Amino acid sequence: MTTSTIIASSAPKVQARTLSPEETHEIDHELTLYPDRRAVGLEALKIVQKHQGWVSDESLVAVAEYLGMSAHELDGVATFFNLIFRQPVGRNVMLFCDSVSCYIMGCERIKDHISARLGIDYGETTADGEFTLLPVPCLGDCDRAPVMLMAGEQYRNLTKEKIDALLTRVQQEQTNK
Amino acid sequence: MAKISVDGVEYEVNPANNLLQECLSQGLDLPYFCWHPCMGSVGACRQCAVKQYRNADDKTGTVVMACMTPASDGSIISINDKQATDFRSHVIESLMISHPHDCPVCEEGGECHLQDMTQMSGHNYRRYDFKKVTHRNQDLGPFINHEMNRCIACYRCVRFYDDYAGGTDLAALGSHHHVYFGRHEEGTLENEFSGNLVEVCPTGVFTDKTFSAHYTRKWDLQTAPSVCAGCGAGCNTTPGERYGTLRRIVNRYHHDLNGYFLCDRGRFGYDANNSTQRVVETLFRHLQGEDGEVRKALTSTEAARQLDAMSSGELIGIGSPRASLESNMALRQRVGTQNFFSGMSDAQLSCATEVIALLQEPGLNCPDIRTLEQSDCVLVVNEDITNTSARMALALRQATRNAATAMAQSARIPLWQDAAVRELAQHSRSPLIILSPQGTRLDDVASDTFLGTVEQQIALVEGITYAIDADCPASTSSFNFDAQAASIAKQLCAATRPCIVSGISAESIELIRATGNLARALREYRHRQSEVKLSVDLCFAMPEANTMGLALLMREGGGSLSSALSILGKGAADAAIVLENDLYRRAATEAIDAALAGNTPMIAIDQLHNGFNAKAHLLLPAASMAEQGGTWVNYEGRAQHSYQVFQPEGKIRASYEWLVPSNPVSGPTVHGDTLLEELAAESANFAPLLELLSSRTGIAALMKSPRQSHRYSGRTAMHANEHVHETKQAQDPHSPLSFSMEGMLLQKDASLMSAAWAPAWNSNQAISKFQEEINGELKQGNKGVHLLARDGAQRPYSKVEYVAEEGIAKYFIDQLFGSEEISAASPAIQARAVPAYACISHELAQSLGVQQHGLLRLSTNRYSVELPVLIRDRIAAQCVGIYCGSDVSRADLTGKLSVAAVAQDSNVLASSRAMFSSLVINDTLPREG
Repeated sequence: MTTSTIIASSAPKVQARTLSPEETHEIDHELTLYPDRRAVGLEALKIVQKHQGWVSDESLVAVAEYLGMSAHELDGVATFFNLIFRQPVGRNVMLFCDSVSCYIMGCERIKDHISARLGIDYGETTADGEFTLLPVPCLGDCDRAPVMLMAGEQYRNLTKEKIDALLTRVQQEQTNK
Repeated sequence: MAKISVDGVEYEVNPANNLLQECLSQGLDLPYFCWHPCMGSVGACRQCAVKQYRNADDKTGTVVMACMTPASDGSIISINDKQATDFRSHVIESLMISHPHDCPVCEEGGECHLQDMTQMSGHNYRRYDFKKVTHRNQDLGPFINHEMNRCIACYRCVRFYDDYAGGTDLAALGSHHHVYFGRHEEGTLENEFSGNLVEVCPTGVFTDKTFSAHYTRKWDLQTAPSVCAGCGAGCNTTPGERYGTLRRIVNRYHHDLNGYFLCDRGRFGYDANNSTQRVVETLFRHLQGEDGEVRKALTSTEAARQLDAMSSGELIGIGSPRASLESNMALRQRVGTQNFFSGMSDAQLSCATEVIALLQEPGLNCPDIRTLEQSDCVLVVNEDITNTSARMALALRQATRNAATAMAQSARIPLWQDAAVRELAQHSRSPLIILSPQGTRLDDVASDTFLGTVEQQIALVEGITYAIDADCPASTSSFNFDAQAASIAKQLCAATRPCIVSGISAESIELIRATGNLARALREYRHRQSEVKLSVDLCFAMPEANTMGLALLMREGGGSLSSALSILGKGAADAAIVLENDLYRRAATEAIDAALAGNTPMIAIDQLHNGFNAKAHLLLPAASMAEQGGTWVNYEGRAQHSYQVFQPEGKIRASYEWLVPSNPVSGPTVHGDTLLEELAAESANFAPLLELLSSRTGIAALMKSPRQSHRYSGRTAMHANEHVHETKQAQDPHSPLSFSMEGMLLQKDASLMSAAWAPAWNSNQAISKFQEEINGELKQGNKGVHLLARDGAQRPYSKVEYVAEEGIAKYFIDQLFGSEEISAASPAIQARAVPAYACISHELAQSLGVQQHGLLRLSTNRYSVELPVLIRDRIAAQCVGIYCGSDVSRADLTGKLSVAAVAQDSNVLASSRAMFSSLVINDTLPREG
């Protein structure tokens, strides 16, 4: 459906068709904030993604049923937004800015470094399911370009060394787990 | 009216519309994609850009989208302005970036709105040199092909399918350059109007899969104006033929009826014409030495002679609600009125007759389909309108939008601002109240639904009547639904244009009487409320193309089917002619077998082989709708003529041509028009037919109009494999059309228009060139004539008698795909049809001990059948719904019915589960709002 190819990682593909109690609880809260159940579609997808890492077909159908809307309509919402993942992604999604300021500041070299080190291009996930690399148009931090967002944290003034330190740290943390 | 100036020329326009619509109304060429005459504007495609000037002094102007700009008085615009034309050519260039160069292999080619608009916008050289976006296509079921690469993202498909037709399984997926119109997962498009995507899509993303299987370019199709044989709505169609086979059906605009849209039965049922079930030979059953009884093919002359020989004595004839008025009339003439019998079941005939009487009462107005859309409060009584007369259901869905219309008007939002009006209205809908034994496909827009057996519905309708007029006769029902009745009565009384819709599919005359009483009470209420005598809209869906025509004919004399069967059973006639009728569908198997046991020589004339005509002594092949000219009377009593599209091969003829006196060399000596003239002369009720006839003879410059396009190819070569000489074209002395390319082109006269086609407009969207204004009447169009004069006497309330049903309550289910006999032989329809089944509620299932998809035995004291069962959430308690399809005779199941669970193994369960998975039903409650 999308033109970018995302190579399936080792993340589990099939999720339960019933929503977990935590998911249901959070969606129920959102439902109190809107007059129309269908309006909660996007929030519900974000909740599922927070818990599952991505939104599988099974999750999508479960959310649609829960909200009383058609899965086709909800998939329209899900696929409209780039950051609702309809395919499995790595545990750490690197949202790497490739927009004008970052480009001027040499983001391509940084990106090549990441690709060389992890063996993945844009839209791909490492074989161990640790990292997914995605381009984003802008993170609103142009004065500190190049910039990247990962696991909720923004990394600024990126250099190859900073990237190495970051990736090593994350990989070590994972090994220690 | 307002005055606008377009490129220096002044036009009088309607300021309530937008500039695009008004420019098109004036016959100007302005390209567009996302705008649709029936769906308004969203300003998505940017193709209809024009230059607008503030005043006469403004020489600069601004580029605006014509579809999003009101045609207000004094507007000065330019279509030809350099900046506007440049803008449009760049827009189309960007829309076309990923569009493939596949026109030569694309089914849309030659009738493609995108081709037309590209030409019109002057984009003829591609500068985009990069990789195109490509998509994976989906299998969307037996009706529709999917080729997403051709998409230009105008959003018309989802706006029609979801917003207009209420579909839920087609969505706009993805975003920016990779937006994708399809389903969440591959599978059949479920909506009953999916076929319209073929015409709504401006390019070849959605094309007709059945047409692809025997594809021909639009210009190579021979076409003629026709009427749909799928039900009694009378939608207008354009069937297309090539090499003796019917290739497809597309919509033909009728201002009052179908407008721009057809249902999928109407569009895809045509393939029955090419079915292996077709009767193509004259078959004579006789004893032949040791072989016993054999059926032998006769030549046409032998068959006519055989027919004459068999029908020399006392002859009776059984007519048909699916045969033309001409054919029924020819049969009646041949056998004499006293020997002419109805081809409908007795119950159906008495229902149709009651409907006719009601529709003639003053103050009760039978709405056409366009008028249905204008109702601001609709009550549907029992009829599952989506499955019996689907195009009417689509109109009822639009009627629920009248609340949105009112809101938009008070907020001063122009009605063509589609997205804004929908955004404003959210879930606000006009009342649509549905009384039905089971959940229906309109429930998602219903304001109120009532699930009950026919008897319970009658009680409720009587309750509503009483709530409106306490002087009406008291109900004798044991049921009491006063609370619901009062609420429904209040809504009907409050409405500006209330409408009551029902049908005859329940074959319950009591239901029709009760519904008629309600309409009378509402009429009296409205008369009291206003000095102007306001009428009440009341209509009844009719199951077959000529149910109404036959019922009208039966008013002039003739007998019921049961009396015909008893004559046959006694052997009291020397022969019987059965016109286009599988009598096993009309009466109980036992009754038909008893009639056949009388050994009366039986002559059947029919299109398809069926259980009944297999037993006929002489079987004659009948022409289909497209193979004959004929007159058909729809549910309103509107008589319309369908023209012959092509001369059928071999021995097939219009039924009436078998029945009228015939010359061994030149064939039939009486034409259908003569039959109609005689009918009109005989009966005042049919006098308007003369008007219909006269409207068909006005031929411009004494020239006929061609059925073949001016680009029809291979005329001299197409039969070269059979004979070196060019074959003589078929003659058609009686109609204003010819089977050739020559004659007066129909470009200015829509009265005989089959395929809409205008210079630079090759797709069906050329229709705008033939309308008085957009969405208006066709220029010189012929809309048929009304045979039901509204001059009947006002009748008092009818007495409704409850006939207590013995055994378990039951109702019969109709399916859009399968219930109609002829379309059910079309392979694409068969792919969507299911075999006979039964429906019950969870409670009943529990007490019977039957599980979902298990087997249920239905027995009367004479007959028993085992059917797979569907346990439904939304179904009246303590009753069973039965879908008969072509497997079970409905008449066999009348009378006291009992049901019991049948033990079944897992194989049976699995196969019924698979069968039910393809059944589209609606068991969810109405959408919130």
